Amino acid sequence: MERLLQRAMKVAEQAEVFRVSSRRVPVHFEANRLREIQTRESVNVALRIFKDGRIGFARASGFVDEDSLLEMAVQTSQFGPLAKYQFPGLDNYPAVDIFDPAVEKVEMSEMVNMGSNIITAITEHTADILCDASVVKGVSSVQILNSQGGRANYDKSFFGLDLEGTLVRNEDMLFVGESTGSCCLPIGIDGLIDSVKRQLEWAKDLAELPARTLPVIFTPTGVVEALLSPLVKAFSGKMVLEGASPLKGRLGERIFDTKFSLRDDAAISCGSGSRPCDDEGVRSQSLSLISDGEVANFFYDLKTAALAGIQSTGHGDRIGAGFPQPASSSLIVAEGEIAFEDMVADMTEGLIVEQVMGADQGNLLSGDFSGNVLLGYMVENGRIIGRVKNTMISGNVYQILKNIQGIGNKAQWVNGLVYTPYLYCSGVSIASGKRNGG
Amino acid sequence: MRNRIADALKGYGARPYIEVRVEESYTTQLIYRGEKLEVVDKSRSLGGSVRALVDGSWGFVSFSNLEGLKRNVSLAVEEAQMVGGESFEMILSNPVVDKAIAKGGGASIVPLEAKKKILDEYNDIVLSSPRIQSSNIVYRDASSKVVFANSVGSYIEQDKPDLALRIVAIARENGEIQQSGLSMGSRGESSAIEGLQDEVKEVARRARALLDAPEVVGGEYDVILDPVLAGVFVHEAFGHLSESDFVYQNEQLRKIMVLGRRFGGEALNIVDDATIPNLRGSYKYDDEGTPSSRNYLIRNGILTGRLHSRETASRMGEHPTGNARALNYLFSPIVRMSNTFFENGDMSFDNMVADVKEGIYVKDWYGGTTSLEMFTFSGAEAYAIRDGQVEELLRGPVLTGNVFVTLGNIDAIGNDLDMNQGGGCGKWGQSPLPVSNGSPHIRIRRCVVGGK
Repeated sequence: MERLLQRAMKVAEQAEVFRVSSRRVPVHFEANRLREIQTRESVNVALRIFKDGRIGFARASGFVDEDSLLEMAVQTSQFGPLAKYQFPGLDNYPAVDIFDPAVEKVEMSEMVNMGSNIITAITEHTADILCDASVVKGVSSVQILNSQGGRANYDKSFFGLDLEGTLVRNEDMLFVGESTGSCCLPIGIDGLIDSVKRQLEWAKDLAELPARTLPVIFTPTGVVEALLSPLVKAFSGKMVLEGASPLKGRLGERIFDTKFSLRDDAAISCGSGSRPCDDEGVRSQSLSLISDGEVANFFYDLKTAALAGIQSTGHGDRIGAGFPQPASSSLIVAEGEIAFEDMVADMTEGLIVEQVMGADQGNLLSGDFSGNVLLGYMVENGRIIGRVKNTMISGNVYQILKNIQGIGNKAQWVNGLVYTPYLYCSGVSIASGKRNGG
Repeated sequence: MRNRIADALKGYGARPYIEVRVEESYTTQLIYRGEKLEVVDKSRSLGGSVRALVDGSWGFVSFSNLEGLKRNVSLAVEEAQMVGGESFEMILSNPVVDKAIAKGGGASIVPLEAKKKILDEYNDIVLSSPRIQSSNIVYRDASSKVVFANSVGSYIEQDKPDLALRIVAIARENGEIQQSGLSMGSRGESSAIEGLQDEVKEVARRARALLDAPEVVGGEYDVILDPVLAGVFVHEAFGHLSESDFVYQNEQLRKIMVLGRRFGGEALNIVDDATIPNLRGSYKYDDEGTPSSRNYLIRNGILTGRLHSRETASRMGEHPTGNARALNYLFSPIVRMSNTFFENGDMSFDNMVADVKEGIYVKDWYGGTTSLEMFTFSGAEAYAIRDGQVEELLRGPVLTGNVFVTLGNIDAIGNDLDMNQGGGCGKWGQSPLPVSNGSPHIRIRRCVVGGK
């Protein structure tokens, strides 16, 4: 690494080497049975150089040959974008709790037991359900060094559980599922089991929902699937800079419900998205995106921040060792004051949305979303009466979050990346097999 | 290399059964956003993996250092032993020793400067169009050499060139944002991205036209799909159901996907074929060393076949079809499609429209996903159909439904089959795998359309 950096500095004005290595052990169950155990090692290295004022970039994975890496970076620098920023110098990063030595020590046999126990608990509840499950442990090491003296070096552990259950009866299929992940042990196995059992209970009967605009409660998973992906995209400094975000020029404006606050926290303990610094070596922070309904901040990496004339917020994110892009880390929706049970009790007729399929296919930038309700329940006179089928929801995130009926008083982690309560909303339109009335 | 692998496989045969894959690839990527060429990226990847089958269970190890091959074979065997699942007799065909080498270097040997020149021009066309605010161009070419070897004597070297290009125009006015896109691809031939000036102009025109277009009113309609979107439909809605790893251990689903069952009218034929030359989903051997083949999934409306790996074929008492594919060495092969399409019928597009009283003509791909029985896919744009006439432009709607019902509701199949090379398939975290799909125009009666 140091040697590669030194060599790169001989031909370039600035240089940066990023290396991530990881070892993951996933244990997979299929159709209620243990199916496969894997050991997956990967090494990814990226070299970014500023040569003659332009950015050169090259990656290598697996067995890394430094000569070809440097040669490719020099090649791409001929055509690369202009370098208008500096790599960050040495910094004193915050201590972020993301490595639990216990994770590495979990034996394969112990992981097999965890998966079996989850499946046993679910099949004891519903005998003919078929469960796919995975139990994953992983450890990764990240190193970043650059010509401006920047040095980062940290280890991160990860442990995750995932369960998807399918219940097929004649040609009706019910899908239930939950997943959880964290950098730290212990992990909430019981919570995952309870959640899936709850889904099975609520989905026991079928209910027919009228096709029109109805109040909707989004469960934490529903919030992530239907609402957050279009919303968060609009906070990307890159989208703002390009003018593609509808939030451009609206910092400080109150365009959401005053009850609604959202922040991105890359330093939160044990969060799967947490880290002491981003993938460019910029320190992590907790960044408010929406504060009491006001657009508070956008998130930036080095490049987009420089173009916007501000400092990076520490959101430079790489997939593997890919080119850094601004991306969110852990998203936290502030809790409100209403119990989920009270939201349900308040509904004369409505829908609870848990899983949505295809919601990210619409025109995300405009905030429009539209998707099939893969798992959702109908509420009638304050009671959950059963699962809906063949139902689509659509709406606009900005309109829905302008007037929120209620925000849940208890947030939950979804996939270790989003921490959100239930949201009780209006203005979601519903289409089913029947033509919309009126 | 061959000796090193042979050495590591010494002592293994059909039981335990071991596979080794080693892959070396070079990738070039150019990404434009708006007027900026944002990413110019070259990468090289070299690594491998081992898969072991012991008494019906698999172990898998991926690695970046070939030195430890013997140790990794042992680790994979150890993992498989721990799984200890239900045993089965896996069909192992005769050992194959072969080389499938691509002709010429394809796009991977074209200088970066030449690629950039072509893409610069397309980007300029988009950005200089009226009401267009931004563009997004993603170009990627890859050349990889994959060695497959197993413990029963196969040793196959294959080239897997691939090229994909997507151009998106983003129009904006008065806070409204609409976009339109174009996707192309090839098995590495750079000619696929040349001479697209007119198509690129059309993309920009469609994006700005959508600014003025109304949304579809949600509900149930007669729908005509263009070849691009019908290709997505055949891939997403039906193709994934034909992947036997979804089916084989699910008793109930096996009852639904029974060979011989009628799924649609006499004119309905669905094919998956990796042997067609020069399509993105084409290959000579899959990642288990099985030769590829042409498979009718539906013939004359009746379910006649499905896609298999060696394991799923063995467990279901059918034959391997050569559809076990892995995205790269970091993944174990799973059952995937190759080139999947509706065969031509005999109805012209005009006759298809003439017979629709109130419907929607949906064009072009925007996205799609399935959850076995249910599918959703979205078109990029649509047109109202009234009394047999194609009328005004509408924004692209999301279509959803039950695949069994929908296939039965296809009542007309066109005669203008067209293959779309621009797609990429994702399954179980392995994405994007090069595939192609296609169709003539098709008409679906009573399809649920999402909208206002």
